[in-house]
Amino acid sequence: MGVITKYVNNIAETVTTIFEGMAITLSHLVRRPITLQYPDRLEKPVQEMLPRRYRGILEVDLDICTGCLACERVCPISCITIGIEMNKETKQRSFSHFDIDICKCMYCGLCAEACPTGSIRHSQEFEGACYNPAGLVRHFATEPVPLYKPKKGGETDPKLAHKVDVGQKYLDEFATPESAGGAGAEEA
Amino acid sequence: MVLAALVVVSVFVAPLAGITSWLERRVWARMQSRVGPNRVGPQGILQWLADGIKNLLKEDIIPEAADKRLFSLAPYVVFVGFIATFVVIPFGSQLIVADLNIGILYILAVTSLVVVGILMAGWSSNNKWSLLGGMRSAAQIVSYEIPAGLSVLTIVFVVGSMSMQDIIKGQGWAPWDWFLFYSPFTFVAFFLYFTAALAEGNRTPFDIPEAESELVAGYVTEYSGMRFLFFFFAEWGNLYVIGAIATTLFLGGWHIPPIPGIQEHPIIKGVLEFFVFFVKAYLWVFVAMWVRATLPRVRVDQLMSLCWKYMVPLAFLCLLGTATWVLVWPQGNRIGSIVMFLIGVAILALFIGRLRFQIRHTRPEIYLKPYI
Repeated sequence: MGVITKYVNNIAETVTTIFEGMAITLSHLVRRPITLQYPDRLEKPVQEMLPRRYRGILEVDLDICTGCLACERVCPISCITIGIEMNKETKQRSFSHFDIDICKCMYCGLCAEACPTGSIRHSQEFEGACYNPAGLVRHFATEPVPLYKPKKGGETDPKLAHKVDVGQKYLDEFATPESAGGAGAEEA
Repeated sequence: MVLAALVVVSVFVAPLAGITSWLERRVWARMQSRVGPNRVGPQGILQWLADGIKNLLKEDIIPEAADKRLFSLAPYVVFVGFIATFVVIPFGSQLIVADLNIGILYILAVTSLVVVGILMAGWSSNNKWSLLGGMRSAAQIVSYEIPAGLSVLTIVFVVGSMSMQDIIKGQGWAPWDWFLFYSPFTFVAFFLYFTAALAEGNRTPFDIPEAESELVAGYVTEYSGMRFLFFFFAEWGNLYVIGAIATTLFLGGWHIPPIPGIQEHPIIKGVLEFFVFFVKAYLWVFVAMWVRATLPRVRVDQLMSLCWKYMVPLAFLCLLGTATWVLVWPQGNRIGSIVMFLIGVAILALFIGRLRFQIRHTRPEIYLKPYI
């Protein structure tokens, strides 16, 4: 290729590539920005947009908690502390406290897998900022709560039955391994 | 005079530069699928005020090893070099501070003051990044002054005058009366001028004096607060000056169509003329933002080879071509102008075709609202 041809080609290439590039960038101007304006300008809160199996801050539904202490035992860093008292007159056992220290929790999900009723589970909540570490300890039993006893043949109280169903559904979808037909199988 | 200058600077130039800075960030963000500043005031339009106040409140730091006098003087020299161009910018047939008979030469002369300021800033900061930035900027501006000056000269050939008003009066309101379509040579000269002006204004893709990845911030590395603000005030304001000069020289300036009944109302006429000029000039500010979002920064050797190997010869070619054209057709070639205009329209149509192809090809979610 002659020097002159190369020179002219260089000019032509510069002009045409810039021409094409400008068309591409201008086409981007009419696109919808992909930015999510967290936290105040969202169509719905981020918590509702998260996937089902998201491991957020732990929550406990004490109404269906049997007090088996499986979660406290399985927790590798002991962030769950459960206290159970027995009322000597009525022989009724109840929680004196059920605390989870979110500071320590590493969101491994072992407690949720170990729970027989699905009462301890990961919520979609992730905004845990607070002014001192004590505020991050979640107290679930502010007053003594009686333990739940699973009834044979299913729950009869409709309110409790709903909660049991929610817990069971969570167990099926979250705690069941993917190989055993858990929810992860269909996502993958 | 001092009062008038103060009013012009504070009422027109400062909001202009400020709003340009905000608009650039918005346009740039949208081209990158982001949102840009949209929190201060409606859609973030007051962002520039917030930034300005923040910078005014910041501590004014002068490095101990710096040459203190030059260091504190440099931003003002840059600023003067930029603001002095407003003297001869013709916003309307009556609306011009001084219609100097050497108008365009005056602009080329005072904008050279910017180089002095940038070199002063680079040298006096006593910092290797600043010095390198200053040296690069000086080399760049001195080089690109040549194609810019030569393309300006083509228009001076055609008009036979350097006065800004005379240049505009030589054109008409219709696009085929603009010097952009006067001949193929002025058409090329326009793009040469715009490119060279971007390089002189240290704009991306020619922003090697302040290349963040190499030189921290170039000659502004050591500056803070108010002095830092002055550099960027000049940079964004300069964008509008580039557009205004391009409009004056090539795009028919303030000419409005001869609407009957408007000639008797000097105020309406003046406002319309100002509006037309402003919109034309601002269009090129938008193009400069758009170029910034499109092209990557060039290397120093590429910058120099682009200028000396391509733009200077092409500018000389345009100059010779225009000189011949003026010799052959002293009153201009009407048919040639209309053909050039049609070629211009064809290029625009081709561009719109490519744009529609890009939109169709990538199938983006179209969002035409300017706000979000």
